[in-house]
Amino acid sequence: MKILVAVKRAIDYNVKARPKSDGSGVDLANVKMSMNPFDEIAVEEAIRIQEAGNASETIAVSVGPKQCQETLRTAMAMGVDRGVLVETDEDVQPLAVAKLIKAVIDKEQPELVILGKQAIDDDSNQTGQMLAALLGWPQGTFACGVALADGKLEVRREIDGGIQTINLTMPAVVTADLRLNEPRYVKLPNIMKAKKKPLDVLAPAELGIDVTPRLTLVKVAEPPAREGGVKVEDVQQLIDKLRNEAKVI
Amino acid sequence: MSALVLAEHDNSALSPATLNAVAAALAISQDVDLIVAGSECSAVVTAAGAVAGVRTVLHADAAHYAHALAENLAPLIVAVADGYEHVLAAATTTGKNVMPRVAALLDVAQISDIIGVEDHETFMRPIYAGNVIATVRSSDATKVITVRTTGFDAVADTGGSAAVETVEALADSGLSQFVGEELTKSDRPELTAADIIVSGGRGVGSSENFAIIEALADKLGAAVGASRAAVDAGYVPNDYQVGQTGKVVAPGLYIAIGISGAIQHLAGMKDSKVIVAINKDEEAPIFGVADYGLVGDLFKEVPAMVEALGD
Repeated sequence: MKILVAVKRAIDYNVKARPKSDGSGVDLANVKMSMNPFDEIAVEEAIRIQEAGNASETIAVSVGPKQCQETLRTAMAMGVDRGVLVETDEDVQPLAVAKLIKAVIDKEQPELVILGKQAIDDDSNQTGQMLAALLGWPQGTFACGVALADGKLEVRREIDGGIQTINLTMPAVVTADLRLNEPRYVKLPNIMKAKKKPLDVLAPAELGIDVTPRLTLVKVAEPPAREGGVKVEDVQQLIDKLRNEAKVI
Repeated sequence: MSALVLAEHDNSALSPATLNAVAAALAISQDVDLIVAGSECSAVVTAAGAVAGVRTVLHADAAHYAHALAENLAPLIVAVADGYEHVLAAATTTGKNVMPRVAALLDVAQISDIIGVEDHETFMRPIYAGNVIATVRSSDATKVITVRTTGFDAVADTGGSAAVETVEALADSGLSQFVGEELTKSDRPELTAADIIVSGGRGVGSSENFAIIEALADKLGAAVGASRAAVDAGYVPNDYQVGQTGKVVAPGLYIAIGISGAIQHLAGMKDSKVIVAINKDEEAPIFGVADYGLVGDLFKEVPAMVEALGD
């Protein structure tokens, strides 16, 4: 079985994003970029399935600018066998990304596709579900556990009320939630090895996909600022303020 | 120009989040219909028909709709979506699971997690963990939308008198199968609907110590929440998590205890009306958003607070 994982280059999770002063977009100049944290979890899961002897090959795919090669190299340093970059400088939105990944899947024919449940930049939480729809495959979203048995995939999902377990036919799409696993740290020798692993670069046009955005960004703004309040001396004063000033208890 | 809203339910009761989604739909359109797909869910159909402002309830009943599996629900929504300009659901784990599948089948974008409506094609939504609010305009004929429930005040669940229309169920996709559910049982209010939330973080230290947080919550009639750190450490179940990727809440009072205030946690609670922080580290970022901050040892301050609140 081949596994394909999708990885996105996104703002580092420790960085606080700010709108540009003219409101035309988010200021990403000189901002640290990393692999989207949920995608790291997806990569880790693919590697673990391979290490358990249940996958013959793992492939990472990314959609975006040239710099996404670094993100793919990180995935390969973690253990993925090879990378595919669909290179574009366009603003690619989830539907377009799903179509591009589907085109790669049509060529590669994996039986399992794992993605992060959402990217921490646009917080869309769409690509995995859209990909599953386009492929006509089942989807195990927000996964915190994945097990292969008798040609089916059992997925434990984090839902609002607790945990749900579902069985999916294969091939299937899985999106990773935070507690699926803890991604490994990349070791230096593996970073060197990753540089020699194959990385193919494709263009959206080669795949015959129209990536024209469907949503236009009208403007961005900072949310209403929240003023820090006061420090209270002790519990009595706190309760007094909550009762008599804020009137919330 | 009419709007269709996915009713969320457990086959016996309508989920309160649906009332917020209806409110968002009514901010876009006068003609709002609800679709109830389930198994033996006539009580939900009755409840949906009573929701203020709803025109028609579309009802599809089949055993394979019992658990809102996306593989079955999405094609059903697509089958009835013709004639609607907007298709909405609350941005719960159900809505987030199903709606992008609907959007892709319709070959349209989804607009996730809207918190405001500018006009019928222009919406506001938080991005980058809520540090940026984007206004986006859709050029698609059908707008598929998920609604952040804290962005819209719920409509009343009474006063409506919608007509009910039966919709033919489609065949079971056979792609997915419900196996089971482990739901957290609690007598406390539901996190996303509570007026007061008491949340604990890594500073609480252990699963046993969470009893301190729970004691304060029970004193205040509050829900219990947690930061990602506390959930990852196994102190509490995953459904307690408040934050960018957990639940987004906006209660009247949010008490953050032993929570440092990472960007990702603030994303889930900074729209609360009043925020209290109790933390021994006076430099903790949580104090930057707190209306009232108490620097101190939570193991001393929280029990003292429970006692001082009396009966």
